[in-house]
Amino acid sequence: MKGFIIKEFLQIFRDYRSMAILFGIPIAQILLFGFALNMDLNNAHIAIVNKSGDSKSIELINKINSSDYFIVDQVFNSEKDIEAAFQQGEIKEVIVIPEDFSARLATNQKVELQVVADASDPNTASILVNYTQAVVSSFQQQNIKGSSTSLPLIQVESRFKYNESLKSVYMFVPGVFTIILMLVSAMMTSISIAREKELGTMEILLVSPITPVQIILGKVFPYVLLSFINAGLILLLSAFVFGMPFSGSITLLLAEALLFILMALSLGIFISTVSNSQQTAMLLSMFALLLPTILLSGFVFPIKNMPDVLQWLSHLMPGKWFIIIVKAIILKGAGIAELWKETLIIFSMTLFFIGLSVKKFNIRLSTN
Amino acid sequence: MKTAIEIENLAHNYGLVKALKPLNMSIESGTLFGFIGPDGAGKTTLFRILTSLLLPTQGKAKVLGLDVVNDFRKLRPLLGYMPGRFSLYQDLTVEENLNFFAKLFKTSIEENYHLIKDIYDQIAPFKNRLAGKLSGGMKQKLALSCALIHKPDLLFLDEPTTGVDVVSRAEFWEMLRKLKNHGITIVVSTPYMDEAALCDKVALIQKGKILQTDSPQNIMENFSKPLFSVKSINRNSLSKDIETFGKTDSFYWFGDSIHWIGSDDKDADLLRIYLQQKKHEDLEIEKINASIEDCFMDLMKGNHE
Repeated sequence: MKGFIIKEFLQIFRDYRSMAILFGIPIAQILLFGFALNMDLNNAHIAIVNKSGDSKSIELINKINSSDYFIVDQVFNSEKDIEAAFQQGEIKEVIVIPEDFSARLATNQKVELQVVADASDPNTASILVNYTQAVVSSFQQQNIKGSSTSLPLIQVESRFKYNESLKSVYMFVPGVFTIILMLVSAMMTSISIAREKELGTMEILLVSPITPVQIILGKVFPYVLLSFINAGLILLLSAFVFGMPFSGSITLLLAEALLFILMALSLGIFISTVSNSQQTAMLLSMFALLLPTILLSGFVFPIKNMPDVLQWLSHLMPGKWFIIIVKAIILKGAGIAELWKETLIIFSMTLFFIGLSVKKFNIRLSTN
Repeated sequence: MKTAIEIENLAHNYGLVKALKPLNMSIESGTLFGFIGPDGAGKTTLFRILTSLLLPTQGKAKVLGLDVVNDFRKLRPLLGYMPGRFSLYQDLTVEENLNFFAKLFKTSIEENYHLIKDIYDQIAPFKNRLAGKLSGGMKQKLALSCALIHKPDLLFLDEPTTGVDVVSRAEFWEMLRKLKNHGITIVVSTPYMDEAALCDKVALIQKGKILQTDSPQNIMENFSKPLFSVKSINRNSLSKDIETFGKTDSFYWFGDSIHWIGSDDKDADLLRIYLQQKKHEDLEIEKINASIEDCFMDLMKGNHE
């Protein structure tokens, strides 16, 4: 056993390709998601058509400009200029302030602000409109407070709990964390066992006193350790590079990660028992594991919006449960009391796959 | 003499392909036994069954008194097996490979060093080189060392000399002789017929069938057909002309001469006359004793028909 583990480490460290997969991919992915797929909007360039031109409207413009979200690039006098501004592409949104802005505001009458957004990118447009509403309503509040004859206004105040500023880091860290652990653990073990088959070393291993359980454990142990280091690396990166807050217990998170790694490893071993070459093992891990995990785990597409059949399928994705766990621990600070159900599911899946792999592990060469 | 391997009515099919036809034989302890046969003859299949890696379609085999199907757990530690393909870890060094296999069998390099000393001394200068970067002969020596490290009672070597240069092949067989003196039974397979002469006993195998099992000496002595070596300056037309000669039983190129078998010793004189008519100059026809290869060529021809 010990000899086997030492051999396994030697092989991993000597193979630059697997080292690259092991540590390169996680870092590249987390940085990619963090920087390239950033859905937060800061400093969006907008224009304002100020038909009113009085002090109140200037006040509003200043308020908008001073927020982090917007930079007021241009101020027009008429709506005619809107089209040209959008055409140039710099401006993502135009706010139109009506002529009687201050007058109506002073008499507590309804004021209509027109917001025109460039919806060629619908996500950006809707986020911008939301931001605008937020800024305007806070402006409104200030003004109403100042007025003595304020009417009781009903105002909906929405609060995005656990992710107040709707930062996308909070969204992607649990997802990427899950996918990387899944990919690295399952793919690496399945490839490494398939390699023994492909290169014929499995033949010699079989004609030796070592048992299937020992071979499996010897394969799993190094990857548990490396994947665990990987998990720590991802968490450190998300905390220090992207400012991900951790409200829950780190120990619990790491323990759950360890369980999930074990699950992924046993899945990887199972894949290797049904594939005879490294390539089959890799393709199987990619298509049978990675894609469903990305698509059905709720990482990219919300599960609630899926057709029933897919929702059912998503229950079979170990990644789904792990994403729930990670989100709950990191964002809500949940403990094991709230998460025992999901933990149990992953635990049973682990046992299931380990049992299946030990059973399917061929003590002989396949007969075809 | 104890029996190391006993095979009873053993056969193996891959689907519809009969890789091994029903086979009965036994191999005595302490012998260097060779299975000689061309590629695809069924040698590897037989070895895999005997090493418990493959379940036979029918029949029984006992290796070291243990059933290869039911007692495989007890049997495996007693065997040394070197597969036909180089099956060590190419990304580990020579020393790491040896260490790994020693640990796998719960022993150490030191414990059985006397067994592998002769072999390992030759590869020791390269002990820090990756196994994948060794030459063909070195690889085989390392593989043999790894198969021997746990002092097996029985050693299976599947085509150990395929793809190895002539000098290394000779060295390799020299090592096997020495190992035999340590009391290890060695079963080896090879496609090279000339290597048969180096075994104590050989079995000629072709198309999943054993054609003959005997010592090389006996096989050669029992060859009774008239065998002649034929040489001519005009090599190109020689084989064509021999083929058209009516009394030819069989013939084949053997180095720079043709080995020819007629039905009677007197046929050789007729052949000389026939070839002289065909304008062959410097004709040399002489009766020769059969080598092991001649015997096998003859046996295999019989199996083809």
